Amino acid sequence: MANSALARSGSVKAASSNDAVVQVRDVCKNYGDIEALRGINLEFERGNLTTLLGPSGCGKTTLLKIIAGLVPATSGEIRVNGRAVTAPGPERAFVFQDFALMPWATVLRNIGFGLELKGVTAAERDRTARRYIEQVGLAGFEQKYPHELSGGMRQRVGIARAFAVNADVLLLDEPFSAVDEQNRRKFQEDLLRLVELEKKTFIFVTHSIEEAVYVSDRIVLLSPRPGRVSQIIDPMIDRTASPDDIRRDAVYLDVVEEIWQGLRQYAE
Amino acid sequence: MTLFGRRIPMMTSLIFWLLVWEIVGRLEVMFLIPPITSIVAAGLNLVQTASWQSASLITLRAFIYGMALAIVVGVPLGVLMGRVRVIDNIFGLWVNMFVSAPLSALVPILMILFGMGETTVVVTVFLFAVWIIVLDARAGVMQAPTSLIEMGRSYGASRWTIFTKIILLSALPEILAGIRIGLIRGVKGVVIGQILVSIIGYGELFELYSRSFDMERFWALTMLLFAAAMLLSAGVEHFEKRIEYYAGVR
Repeated sequence: MANSALARSGSVKAASSNDAVVQVRDVCKNYGDIEALRGINLEFERGNLTTLLGPSGCGKTTLLKIIAGLVPATSGEIRVNGRAVTAPGPERAFVFQDFALMPWATVLRNIGFGLELKGVTAAERDRTARRYIEQVGLAGFEQKYPHELSGGMRQRVGIARAFAVNADVLLLDEPFSAVDEQNRRKFQEDLLRLVELEKKTFIFVTHSIEEAVYVSDRIVLLSPRPGRVSQIIDPMIDRTASPDDIRRDAVYLDVVEEIWQGLRQYAE
Repeated sequence: MTLFGRRIPMMTSLIFWLLVWEIVGRLEVMFLIPPITSIVAAGLNLVQTASWQSASLITLRAFIYGMALAIVVGVPLGVLMGRVRVIDNIFGLWVNMFVSAPLSALVPILMILFGMGETTVVVTVFLFAVWIIVLDARAGVMQAPTSLIEMGRSYGASRWTIFTKIILLSALPEILAGIRIGLIRGVKGVVIGQILVSIIGYGELFELYSRSFDMERFWALTMLLFAAAMLLSAGVEHFEKRIEYYAGVR
């Protein structure tokens, strides 16, 4: 399939660009005898949204948690802004699949929690939290508790919390998988708007091909058992078009199809 | 509840059984069952006596001391067991054994250890209440969601902050449930302890009334105790419901 709109690199390049915020070098991860990740080399460029895509069991969430510093790598290293890291740090913020909101805290306090841990004063963190509440469309829900919100709204809280700490890199672990289909689309559109607005680096894990193609500047395809980088795809989709036009766009549909062809061998 | 298509008020069953009791009592079938009206009269009379008032004070004091001790020891021990493997291994077996053991059998031994006085009763209340408090606190701490702990770590919380701001608060509903059940067990403990020691508080009164076949007062005292235990439990339950923000995760 030759498509001029697709610029791709089948092989994995070593460090080349200086503008890589996150560098993953020779990362391997074993759980006992099970090899979860083998020899992962990746670079994540500043201001881009990169998706880690693959079938379940390919270690995409593990890789994301290694980058986050939540899970130690068996070997290899992670560099953020050029420095090797082994633990979580303020330059990275994580959005959890199950939201990870504190049920005893209001929306406002949950969103300000990252700042609270940094020792930011109450007035200051409330101001910041309110700004992001506005941005993710939760105005009016400041004093609500998580159980009073729908799944989609809860994840908006999770995203606002990640934005509020003003990290360079946002790590999103299947953030929309617990959100129903209608809200998912709305979410993807909102995410694109936020990417545009915030100029941050996003690393996004999903198992949805359409979602990956719709939101990503670059897609990293992982193959399972052990997880390896099998392909890197730059969708090159014109995002100035309306969301509906993008979803009907020929390039969009071709990329979806191409990824599906690459992944179907792993489907049962 | 509805019966034959009609709604029946909530207290109907209670009123029905009290009526049956009254009739049986009036028929004088058994001296053990005096009419409910005379029990109520005896109860009203009882609460005005100095002996009941001082017995209540003694009982309440033993209960409060025993419960306070059970909470102060039980919650931290349970939390530690939930967090520290070694401590869990050391205490786990004992806690599980004591939580289901017939503790009344131990009271005579306690009497030898602590004498025929209030101390024995306090220790009995403690022993009745503490184990379930430990187990529930332990369960609560262990159930703290992994993703919440990861969230704390990823936003830079220290281990201590994660413990105080995330783990303890996640465990709060279980800790409270343990305390509520502990309170009910503690009421049993205070009565059983006093009856076995039998020279203080309600134990003395029960002993006195049953020996002199004063069934009106005996029943009045029993009912007062039942009511007190239920009120206590309802009070904690009310407090548990007030922390409704847990509803979403439970």
